[in-house]
Amino acid sequence: MEILGLYNYWVFIVLLMIGLYTVMAKPNLMKKLLGLSIFQAAVFLLYITLDKIEGGTAPIIQADAIGQIYANPLPQVLILTAIVVGISTLALGLAVVVRIHEAYGTIEDDQIQQADLRE
Amino acid sequence: MSAATTILLSLLLPLSGAVLISLSGRWPNLRETITLVTAVAVALLVLSLVPEVQAGGRPELLVAQLFGDLQIAFTVEPLGMLFAALAATLWIVNSIYSIGYMRGNNEKKQTRFYVCFAIAIAAALGVAFAGNLLTLFLCYEILTLSTYPLVSHKGDRATVASARVYLGILLVTSIGLLLPAIIWTYLLAGTLSFSPDGILAGHISGPAVGLLLAMYVFGVGKAAVMPVHRWLPAAMVAPTPVSALLHAVAVVKAGVFTITKVIIYVFGVDNLFAEPSSGWLLYAAAFTVIAASVVALRQQNLKRMLAYSTIGQLSYVIMAAAVLTPLSEIGAAVHIVAHAFGKITLFFAAGAIYTAAKKTELSQLSGIGARMPWTMTAFTIGALSMIGVPPMGGFVSKWFILAGAFQSDNYVAIFTVILSTALTAAYFLPVIFAVWFGREVPGGKEHGEAPWPMVLALTLTALATLGFFFFNQPVLELESQLVTVTG
Amino acid sequence: MSFSSQLPALQIVVPLLTAPIVMLLRGSSLAWCAATAASVMALCIAIALTLSVQELGVLSYAMGGWQAPFGIELRVDALSALLLLVTTGASSVALLSGRSSLARDMTEGQQPLFYAAWMIALAGLSGIAVAGDAFNVFVFMEISSLAGYILVAAGPDRRALPATIKYLIMGTIGATFYLVGVGQVYMMTGTLNFADMEVRLAEVTAQKPILVAAGFITVGLALKAAVFPLHMWLPNAYRYAPHIVTAFMAACTTKVALYVLLRFDFVVFQGNLSGHMDQYAGFLAPLAILGILVGSAVAVTEHHLKRLLAYSSVAQIGYILLGASFGDIAGLTAAFTHMFNHALAKGGLFLVLAAFALQVGGLRMLDIAGLAKRMPLAAAAFLVTGASLVGIPGTAGFISKWLLLSAAIQQGALGVLAAVVVVLSSLAAVYYIWKVVEQLYFGGPAESPATPTPAASAGLEAPPMLLLGIWGVALANIYFGLFPGFPVGLSESAATELVSHLP
Repeated sequence: MEILGLYNYWVFIVLLMIGLYTVMAKPNLMKKLLGLSIFQAAVFLLYITLDKIEGGTAPIIQADAIGQIYANPLPQVLILTAIVVGISTLALGLAVVVRIHEAYGTIEDDQIQQADLRE
Repeated sequence: MSAATTILLSLLLPLSGAVLISLSGRWPNLRETITLVTAVAVALLVLSLVPEVQAGGRPELLVAQLFGDLQIAFTVEPLGMLFAALAATLWIVNSIYSIGYMRGNNEKKQTRFYVCFAIAIAAALGVAFAGNLLTLFLCYEILTLSTYPLVSHKGDRATVASARVYLGILLVTSIGLLLPAIIWTYLLAGTLSFSPDGILAGHISGPAVGLLLAMYVFGVGKAAVMPVHRWLPAAMVAPTPVSALLHAVAVVKAGVFTITKVIIYVFGVDNLFAEPSSGWLLYAAAFTVIAASVVALRQQNLKRMLAYSTIGQLSYVIMAAAVLTPLSEIGAAVHIVAHAFGKITLFFAAGAIYTAAKKTELSQLSGIGARMPWTMTAFTIGALSMIGVPPMGGFVSKWFILAGAFQSDNYVAIFTVILSTALTAAYFLPVIFAVWFGREVPGGKEHGEAPWPMVLALTLTALATLGFFFFNQPVLELESQLVTVTG
Repeated sequence: MSFSSQLPALQIVVPLLTAPIVMLLRGSSLAWCAATAASVMALCIAIALTLSVQELGVLSYAMGGWQAPFGIELRVDALSALLLLVTTGASSVALLSGRSSLARDMTEGQQPLFYAAWMIALAGLSGIAVAGDAFNVFVFMEISSLAGYILVAAGPDRRALPATIKYLIMGTIGATFYLVGVGQVYMMTGTLNFADMEVRLAEVTAQKPILVAAGFITVGLALKAAVFPLHMWLPNAYRYAPHIVTAFMAACTTKVALYVLLRFDFVVFQGNLSGHMDQYAGFLAPLAILGILVGSAVAVTEHHLKRLLAYSSVAQIGYILLGASFGDIAGLTAAFTHMFNHALAKGGLFLVLAAFALQVGGLRMLDIAGLAKRMPLAAAAFLVTGASLVGIPGTAGFISKWLLLSAAIQQGALGVLAAVVVVLSSLAAVYYIWKVVEQLYFGGPAESPATPTPAASAGLEAPPMLLLGIWGVALANIYFGLFPGFPVGLSESAATELVSHLP
């Protein structure tokens, strides 16, 4: 029961591995970047599920509520930052992929390596 | 001026001379004059320190405090004084010789030659005056690096390949063995400054002593103990003035000087004597002496023969130091001088023969005595000194070494000295014979003596070789301080 | 509210604010001026901070007046100061000397954007050094990495782009692992501030999560620091980036990651995980040794100068890690001194390569044959900085090598083995540096004459600023080789401070 109750960690691990696998195994650069995003999303999930307290509500102080349990706002804030970082990385990665496509005509990793070897 | 200033100046003067030389490259006569003036000035400065050291003083100079106990510092003691005086005075003679050689052979890149030479001399003086192992290591490496352009002077493929062997062996041994040995010493003793009783006293015993000694002896590649000796024949591709001063005097002497200094001032003679694991050094040195002499027997090229002769003679010094008796220590120090005079004469003669007649092989030298009497007389004097025949200077040092060996009933040393004397005679005497009494190979070009600066230089060193037999008191007095030091 | 008390914050703010300004400037000269001015100002701030730290110990700055552990704290201690000096120094020198080299690699219009990215990278790296809590380290790390990706991608060769993608992917994975680790620690302690973590972690009884966190953080930062075997991104990234970017990056980016690793480990984990010292040493030391061996071995066989030096960097990072893995003051002092000295040596070498590249078309061994005749000053500078890399006495590299070997020998039998490895790799360094020097001075005319780029300037062998920069760094190598009191002293304070966290 304990183990099933920790299902958020299981989801995190599964997503982490899917992301990592995609990054490493797929030759297509777009898929690599997608894998990277999944990988990062897994981490975001970990943090956010950390801070949810049973019975807790959104961490905005309500004037008339007494004894209100709030979810921890700190991880949420951290993850907002991390999401921003993730988006910037993704955007940058996509820009580089576009440039690669212009330069090489392909975005398959193995074909790019072939093209470079021939030089 | 104070002794510390003298030390500083004697190190800086060759360096500033190098700068001036590099600037005056376009006016050869001015450049040569600067070299000579610098050499004379440095020699005077160095010799001015002798009285103080003779009287028992030990002038010091601190340049930089690095961290912990590590410093760049210089201290003048008898052994170093000897080496420095030798190198400085012979630089003058060698400069005269170089002028004749470089101009006689119309060598290129002469400015670079004189500049690197000056830096090398500064480094050699640094080694001589070093007050601790770190400073010595620093100057030792500078010596290696500054002599590389001299060895590879010719610039053609074969020369560069040989020069690579030179640099490779010296750097690999110094970084691979000498540096760890120095660090180990520092960790054991807490200091690197030389001390008359040895800084390792009490800090190390047993087989570790033998191991550390091995790291030092083979780490100091410049001492050419077999098997790290290959660089010396490889360096013979250098112009003869380089072979003469550096590889008969400065570089190789820096090597044996370092080992002797390590034995006396780092380990302590008495400590080593009491420690059985250090006994291997005697055998290694004796082996090198004999093996080098045997190889020299088979050489056909004059300079290579002299190179192997040098390897043997260097191990004489080490063997003498390894006998670990007072007389043998003096013998080691004296042999540094005697061998220097003799070998430099021999190399000068070899270079003169090359310049005048373009001959390099022993077989070509028959009957050359008639054409080059001055040169070959000097050659004979040098050769006889190597063999150890009185009244040449080589006899004096051999005497002390034998006496030291007898003092401790060291039959290995005695046997080696006798055998190697015979072998040295075996490879030198036939040459001398052929030179004076042989028939000249017909068809050779007509030639006379080499250019006069070269003849002047080799005459001076030959006279010194002779003179050393008669006027060796100052050296003996200086080095006897080593004995009282080691007790 | 004096000016000097704001310095820690200004260290980050100055380059960060300059970035948008630079981006808006028209024309590369103005952009370069602004960027260089900001970098030099950052260097001055770093020097001022170092002087304060030497006097006062640790500087603490509360952002916005909110006190730690709830507010964001900036902490500057000896180690941060050392790193700041390295980072801002490398940036300033590279910018001051590299203008002409850069002009070769990109168009006028792109340069302001490039300099803006450089400023952001500088801000990020400085931020990592001064941040006092784990999450801000992450943020700054990503800021600097993103800017770094842009800088690398600016290389003229199209192969810079796959190199950038590889760097990006591996770097992001590393940062994300780090984030997971920080999350774990937060879960256990409820705080992100380093000092607070140390205290709170002591009260935690469950060891496993902390161990897991340590694992994630170590692997993540190892990816960023190019520790073997996670170093694959480094050779190509260094190779294809613009030359002064390589000089800047080689000097500081990986070292900053190592800084975070060491700080996290010593401040937070050592005291709180039992037996951690052995795990830590047992994990890092073999990797360090492998990195040293592999890096040196590959460098020996490389023909392209930039890749050769890049693999050499992998080996040098191994040195730093090896020293750090000893875990005592001697080892850490050696590691930190080497951070400083390696930056001097490697940064200088890459700047010399930039000068070479201006004269000849490529940087392979064939291309530089006999180059010393045309570029005597640059070749001589290569000799001096190369000697520092090898560790010839009289140069800065010798000091750190000495410290490393001493620290290793003091570790007993295994330490002697490590010392042997260091000596072997020094000999390998002698070999590959010598190969280049020989080719420079004795190489014959280039067999395949690379298209000679139009002479950098009619008279001089290289633009004067570049020559000045190269020789400034070369002389600095000699200066710190003879008078190492300052870097060694700073490293020793840093080491002592870190070791004081050990149980």
